[in-house]
Amino acid sequence: MTRRFAVGLATCLAAAGLVAGAARAEGDKTIEGIEAYREALKDGNPAELFEAQGEELWKKKAGPKNASLETCDLGMGPGVVKGAYAHLPRWFKDTDKVQDAESRVLTCMTAIQGIDVSKYVAAKWGSPEKDELNAIATWISGMSKGDKVAVSTAHPKERQMFELGKRMFYYAAGPHDFSCSTCHGQEGVRIRLQDLPYIASPKGAAAGWTSWPAYRVSSGQMWGMQWRLADCFRQQRFPEPIYGSDVTVALSMFMAATSNGATMNTPGIKR
Amino acid sequence: MGNPMKIRAAAKDGITEVKVLMSHEMETGLRKDASGNTIPAWFIAEISAKLNGKQVMTAQWGPSISKNPFLSFKIKGGKAGDKVAVTWVDNKGDTRTDEASVT
Amino acid sequence: MTSQPLNRRGFLTRVAALGLTTALGTTLAPHLARAEWNKAAFDGKSTADAMKALGASGTADSADVQILASDIAENGAVVPVQAVSKVPGTTRIAILVDKNPSTLAALFDVGPDMVADVTTRIKMGQTSNVTVLVEAGGKYFTATKEIKVTLGGCGG
Repeated sequence: MTRRFAVGLATCLAAAGLVAGAARAEGDKTIEGIEAYREALKDGNPAELFEAQGEELWKKKAGPKNASLETCDLGMGPGVVKGAYAHLPRWFKDTDKVQDAESRVLTCMTAIQGIDVSKYVAAKWGSPEKDELNAIATWISGMSKGDKVAVSTAHPKERQMFELGKRMFYYAAGPHDFSCSTCHGQEGVRIRLQDLPYIASPKGAAAGWTSWPAYRVSSGQMWGMQWRLADCFRQQRFPEPIYGSDVTVALSMFMAATSNGATMNTPGIKR
Repeated sequence: MGNPMKIRAAAKDGITEVKVLMSHEMETGLRKDASGNTIPAWFIAEISAKLNGKQVMTAQWGPSISKNPFLSFKIKGGKAGDKVAVTWVDNKGDTRTDEASVT
Repeated sequence: MTSQPLNRRGFLTRVAALGLTTALGTTLAPHLARAEWNKAAFDGKSTADAMKALGASGTADSADVQILASDIAENGAVVPVQAVSKVPGTTRIAILVDKNPSTLAALFDVGPDMVADVTTRIKMGQTSNVTVLVEAGGKYFTATKEIKVTLGGCGG
C-alpha cells in the first residue's frame, strides 16, 4: 500500500514537473505579451489628467486664508516644485520632521491656506479630499520626471526615519504573521503575473519608488505612495496607517534612500 | 462639463497625429454599487474633431471604451500653429470641447 | 449617399454651406448626436448581431485591414487597440469585442480628411476575439485577433 502510494506519488510528481516545464515556456510567452501590453499603455497615461488637476489645485486660492499653495516649500525653497519630489522625503526645519510630498502638502495647506486638514487625513481613499491630495502629489511627482533620486539620510532625523522604515519593512505581525518583506524580501518572485520587486535592494526599491504615484488601470484611479502603502498594510491585514504618519513616511524614506541614483519615472501607469 | 481633456497634435510629413485623453467615468450600466443598485450607464457616446474649424473626425462610442478614454487619430494635412478642437457628448447630454495647437 | 435620408453629417455639411454652423451647430449638435447614436448596433450582443445592425453583409477577411494589439492584456479594464485600413475609399471603421455585453466598442466615420488609422482603449470582460470591421464602397472587410485577458475589466 505504502509502496504503491510512493510510486503513484513519484509518477504524479514527474507529470507535475512536465506540466511546470510547459507552463514555464508558456509563461515566458505570456510575459512577452504582457510587456507589449505595458508598452502600449505608456503612450497616453491618464495620469496626465490628474497632473493637470493637481497643478490647478496648487495654483488655486483656497481655505480661510484664500491663498494658493504656490509659496509652499517642498524643500527646494518656497514655490520651487521642479525637482522637489526627487529629494523627498527630507527633514524640514519648520516642522522639525521628516516629510514626504503628501505630508508636506498637508503642512502647507495648514500654514498657508489655514485649512483644517484633519478631514483630509481622515477621508476615505477615493473621496474628493483624497483625490485632491493624490492629484497634487501626482503633479509634484511629474515635475521631477527624469530626475535622479537624491534623498539625504545625513540629518539625524532622516537617519532615524530610514532605520524606522527598515524596521517596519521587516516587522511581521497580524493574523497571518505578514511583513512587507514576505512579498518584497527576495528576488524573482511574483503573485500571478505581478512581479514583486525586492524592495531592500537598490533595483527593487527603484522599481517601486520611481513609478508611484501611478494611474491604476484596474480601477481607473490615481494612487499616490500613501495610498499604495496603505494597501500594503491592508494586504498584510494590519490596521490602516494614518495618512502622512511617521510609519508611512519611514517606509518611503527606506525605499527612496535605497533607490538613490535611480531615475524618477513619475507619474507611472500600472495594471 | 467634466474636467479638461489633454490634447496633443503633432504634424509630420503632411499628417497630423492627434492624441487625446479624456476625463470620464465610462460606466457600463452593468456594475452594482455597495447597496446592490445598478449604477446607470454613463459614457461618451459621440466624439468629433475639427481642424481650424472644419470637421475632420466623428465617431460613436459605446460603454466598452475604457474609463478616462484615450484616442489617437490621424488627419491629412495640418501644420504647426493650426488649431485642433475635440468635442465629446455623453449619453446624459453633457458635452465638453477643448482645443490645442498643432506642434 | 444622396439617396440616403438626411443624416447629421449631411445636415451639418449643408448647414455649413449656408454659413450657419456656429448658430446651429452649437445649439443643436448634442441633441442630434444623441438622436443619431446607433443604439441597435451598440446593443448587439455578438459580432454577428452588431454587424447585422451596422448593415454589414458579405464580410471578408482582408490583409488590408489590420488590428494591432498585444496578444494578452494584463487587465481587461484597459486594452489598447489600433485599427488600420489600407482599403481604398474606407468610410467607416468599427471595433467589435465578440464576448462583451455590448459588442460594438467604437464606430468611426472616416471622412476625406482622415487617415484610416485609429487607436483607442477598450474594456474586455474576458478573453475574446476582437474584430476590426471596415466599410469601403459598400463592401465590408475584417481582421480578427484573439486577445487574452488575465483579469476581466467589467467588474471593477
